[in-house]
Amino acid sequence: MRERGAFVLGAVAYDPKVVAIWDGFQSYFERNGLAFDYVLFTNYERQVEAHFAGQIDIAWNSPLAWLQAERIAAALGRRVEAVCMRDTDRDLTSAILVRSDGELQKVADLKGKRVAVGAHDSPQATLIPLDFIADGGLIPGRDFEVRYFDLLVGKHGDHIGGEREAARALLRGDVDAACMIDSNVLLFAQEATLPSGSTRVLAHTPAYDHCNFTVLDGAPAGSVQRFRELLLAMSYSDPDVRPLLDMEGLKRWMPGRTAGYGALSAALDRFGTVDEFVLFASARTCA
Amino acid sequence: MRLDLGDLGFDEGAHLLVKRASRQLSLGEEMHVTGNAPELFTHLRVWCRSEGSAFRLESGRGGDASAAIIRSAAESDRWAGAESCGGARGSEPAAVVEQPPRTWGLAARGATVEVGAPEYGFTLVDKTEVWSAQAPRFYAQGAAAQWDPQTAIPWDAPCDVPDDVEDAIVQIMTYLIENETAALMVPSRFIAQLHPHFREVMQVLALQAADEARHIEIFTRRALLKRDKLGLSTSGGQASLKTLIEEPDYAVASFLLSVLGEGTFLNLLRFIEMHASDPITAAVARFAAQDEARHVAFGLAHIGEHLERNPAARSRLAAGVRRRSDALRHTAGLNAEVFDALIILAAGSWEHAAIRRGFQRVMQLTRDMDEGRQKRLARLGFDQREAMELSGLHTRNFM
Ligand SMILES: [Fe+2]
Ligand SMILES: [Fe+2]
Repeated sequence: MRERGAFVLGAVAYDPKVVAIWDGFQSYFERNGLAFDYVLFTNYERQVEAHFAGQIDIAWNSPLAWLQAERIAAALGRRVEAVCMRDTDRDLTSAILVRSDGELQKVADLKGKRVAVGAHDSPQATLIPLDFIADGGLIPGRDFEVRYFDLLVGKHGDHIGGEREAARALLRGDVDAACMIDSNVLLFAQEATLPSGSTRVLAHTPAYDHCNFTVLDGAPAGSVQRFRELLLAMSYSDPDVRPLLDMEGLKRWMPGRTAGYGALSAALDRFGTVDEFVLFASARTCA
Repeated sequence: MRLDLGDLGFDEGAHLLVKRASRQLSLGEEMHVTGNAPELFTHLRVWCRSEGSAFRLESGRGGDASAAIIRSAAESDRWAGAESCGGARGSEPAAVVEQPPRTWGLAARGATVEVGAPEYGFTLVDKTEVWSAQAPRFYAQGAAAQWDPQTAIPWDAPCDVPDDVEDAIVQIMTYLIENETAALMVPSRFIAQLHPHFREVMQVLALQAADEARHIEIFTRRALLKRDKLGLSTSGGQASLKTLIEEPDYAVASFLLSVLGEGTFLNLLRFIEMHASDPITAAVARFAAQDEARHVAFGLAHIGEHLERNPAARSRLAAGVRRRSDALRHTAGLNAEVFDALIILAAGSWEHAAIRRGFQRVMQLTRDMDEGRQKRLARLGFDQREAMELSGLHTRNFM
């Protein structure tokens, strides 16, 4: 039986490898004296609610889940903190791709066009790029048509499949533009989903940050501190932890920062994406 | 440092140039990258992020964009503790280490191995036990001596053998196939347990197994030349082979199989070649014997070096022979049908005088086998009394 005092992390199972990742971290933490366990959720909303219900101590949150938690906390008069993030979670951008041979030259040219995005709740492939286009004066659904590619709602776009489908739709001519995270621009080029020279970037969004480990006020301070120290101490030169870093896709952990969520927060304000969830989750937590 | 990628893009391998150039950078030094491939800087930014390298877009003079990147320590971190796993050339004295770590795994000997590789379950990891400095030479010899069963044996040569002598040949072939199967399985089993660091030993054993595969083929073809059915397999013969197959100690198994068993088989195969009344039987025996001579020589080399490094192993080898003899005490040993078949082969007919001659030849064969075993035991440094004793305890099944 596990000791009851373990520090419990919540994570969303967007892929089967998530089990291998957190099993690996568990043994790393236990080796270093932090009793640790984890719980997997099928979607971020359930994880955020479980966090406020006190079922987990720390959450591995998507940027959208972070903002959901931040807004619920604000409604409840509580505080959230971003503890740590990956080096690869910082300064991402999204790109709006068009076909090279097309006549679209600037964001304003998207008026009246069909724009492919990811899942409804994907920060990188939907919310941030749509807000960016809206900043340019074009309102989604009114000034241009939005085509969603991804049925895995609740995963906050962690699953790559939707963006790949959007890229294919762009090549086929089913849409006039496609939005995706910059790392997929490279990936799709290298795997030839987007043949060389077939597409070009119409515009980049400003840089933004991605996931973080989130805690609420009242989290066991000693364990949070130890968790942070142990993450920051993980070195890529250590053969015992290198496979974990490789699996989780980073070279080193960085302290959490919250300055990189402004673009997404503005998108949520504009589209009201999480208003209902925040309202009901706050109410349920109070009850 | 500056790097111009020209029109080479990341979807065409540009990362290779960036990697190569950034290896020249000292830690913290900036490299300025230019190029005009479509979306170059989008790709470069993502690539740098995933490599852990810093990336900054610069607006260059004259409108040409460039990016400043700083190499990350990740690559050197990954290889920091890596170790070189011995030397590639088996002929060099220090190439093969005493106890290669199991985490070197399947890495080619002489490669640089990343720390953190999984640990394999190899059980044969002691140089003293498995290595022979002559393995490279035996491998080369064995590889050069591979022959094609189809063309080596004169399958179409005239084969006028009296019916009852043909029966005897089929019985002998049946027995040989069974024994060759044991000779294939023993090295195969140890290949799978051997640390591949001892590459040339692994290769010699693999060739040995391939040799036995051919022996099985040619003996089967000779048996089926004029018959549709093979001869008899006795439980005594199988009991003897089972003790050989199940011997867990590699050096003891190699001693029992190659030095004693295949050594004895050399006499047997030469006897068959000499007394065969058809050229096909003579040829299959000759080609098998040629391979067996190499198997015996390697067994002698391996066990000789093993004893040199670990003289105490001599009593373990002797105990292995005694243990096997005890286990077989209540079995018949050699298949009586085989013994009789050898007499008929050597007689060539059922004339009384011929049978008498055949019988004497088989008696002489068993004396030659005994003498051969004693000579090989003496070469390994066993004294005369022990050589006599151990040779006498060797299985009557020959292999
Ligand atoms: Fe053989
Ligand atoms: Fe052999």
